[in-house]
Amino acid sequence: METYMLLGFVLILSVYLGLELISKVPSTLHTPLMSGANAISGIALVGALVLSQDGELQTTLAFLAVFFASINVFGGYLVTNRMLKMFKKK
Amino acid sequence: MDFLIDIPTLKNITYIISSVLFITGIKMLGKESTAVKGNFLSAVAMFIAVGITCIGLINPLVLFSGIFLGAIIGTFIALKVKMTSIPEMVALFNGFGGLATFLIAWSEFNNGPDSLFQAALVMLTLAIGGITFTGSLIAYGKLSEKINIAKTSIITKIFTTIFYISLAFLLYSIFITPFLLPNFEFFIVLLILVLLGGIGFVLPIGGGDMPVVISLLNSFSGIAAAFAGLLLFNNVLIVAGSLVGASGLILTVIMAKAMNRSISNILFVGYASSSSSSSSSEEQGEINPISVSDAYLILENASSVLIVPGYGMAVAQAQHTVRELGELLEENGTEVKYGIHPVAGRMPGHMNVLLAEANVSYDVLAEPDDVNPTMDVVDVAVVIGANDVVNPSATDEPGSPIYGMPIIEVHNARTVFVLKRSMSSGFAGVQNPLFFKSNTRMLFGDAKESISGLVSEFKD
Repeated sequence: METYMLLGFVLILSVYLGLELISKVPSTLHTPLMSGANAISGIALVGALVLSQDGELQTTLAFLAVFFASINVFGGYLVTNRMLKMFKKK
Repeated sequence: MDFLIDIPTLKNITYIISSVLFITGIKMLGKESTAVKGNFLSAVAMFIAVGITCIGLINPLVLFSGIFLGAIIGTFIALKVKMTSIPEMVALFNGFGGLATFLIAWSEFNNGPDSLFQAALVMLTLAIGGITFTGSLIAYGKLSEKINIAKTSIITKIFTTIFYISLAFLLYSIFITPFLLPNFEFFIVLLILVLLGGIGFVLPIGGGDMPVVISLLNSFSGIAAAFAGLLLFNNVLIVAGSLVGASGLILTVIMAKAMNRSISNILFVGYASSSSSSSSSEEQGEINPISVSDAYLILENASSVLIVPGYGMAVAQAQHTVRELGELLEENGTEVKYGIHPVAGRMPGHMNVLLAEANVSYDVLAEPDDVNPTMDVVDVAVVIGANDVVNPSATDEPGSPIYGMPIIEVHNARTVFVLKRSMSSGFAGVQNPLFFKSNTRMLFGDAKESISGLVSEFKD
């Protein structure tokens, strides 16, 4: 339970930090921020990699989780980068 | 210095570095000048976090092939997608992230949660991940116009009911876990319910409310990842997931504020249909249509023009033609600005992305608060496929369903051109008195054709 308390502490602080960091975003960047944040949520890949794999079902689940998280990561970062490259000031 | 050789310690140190990079990256994403670098930093953070995790994997061949396949497909979609389909792509990627956490939670359940608290956490993660997954798929379908089911249809009602049932079942499951560990059948029911529930969550939400839903689903996928981090005792998952959760939440609030509605009103009520009867009787008046050549004469003599795009511009794919018109006007000595409403379009910042794709410089894109005070010196406001965001009822008709929503007050400009296909009302189903004002001229027809008409008049 103590570990959960510590991790919960990290969770609350990170949410608070996120709210503080992003509170003033110009509307031009709304879409890139969303898409960039979306790519970050692909961090689930790290979790998917350490799943247990005893038995066929578990291996399949781990494979699928890794697969979909990877689409999220690679697709997300590339789309964001493509989008940001378009924003130019003359 | 033994701890440097110890793999778990090394992993944790790397996770800390990665977390710091994520935080810096997302901070830099919030500023135009640093955004590209911010995205790159967060990609580096992802790379090192994944890289260090790859040390000592149980079954590397299976996992690497998963990464490899995912990378190919993700890269392919990201490079192939047209900039106009960005909203649905973001929704789709978001759904895959949700699915990954859903699968993680499922796998953790099969391992047998070792405490009651962990069992509850597994179910919560499963629910958020599952709802994010199917909800995002429906959002994808709606945005790409592959799914078109009315809010009032029986299918929507069935799925909405399932959504509420799944929430009730989730609460029930979490509350009974202190007394007994849920068994397999119990869990399978929850698994199916949340997947169907996600459909019911997004299905009743209309097109104009999409920006809110997309941001909220974005936030969910982050929260799901953070919970998965709690499950797996993984710090970097918690930090990165929480950052995403927070940024999605902020966007959701910004979008809801731009509509002057509460988030719960958008999600669970939608625009009340009561307004449909009252709108037809009142506010009818004279409509003043205008031809392309007359519009050209007025534009040619204007010294300042404000272009207000909406979803109609996206539908007509008119952004390149609009940019061309803007450039011609500037060559003619006219000051051109773009008034962008935060909820114009189908996702946060939709208009900004379209115009950026068409090479419009971002410093001429202005927010409502910047253009409204000087509206009376604007000679011509050109409204392209926008409706509710320029509806004056929002400021001066307390009974209107959209009353109180901040709008771009184009009706205060000297002349308003409204480019529109027909006289139908906007997403909110509210009649727009702007169309009947004495300073408004309606330019009927496809937005792209009308604007290319203006462009060729300028070129002659």
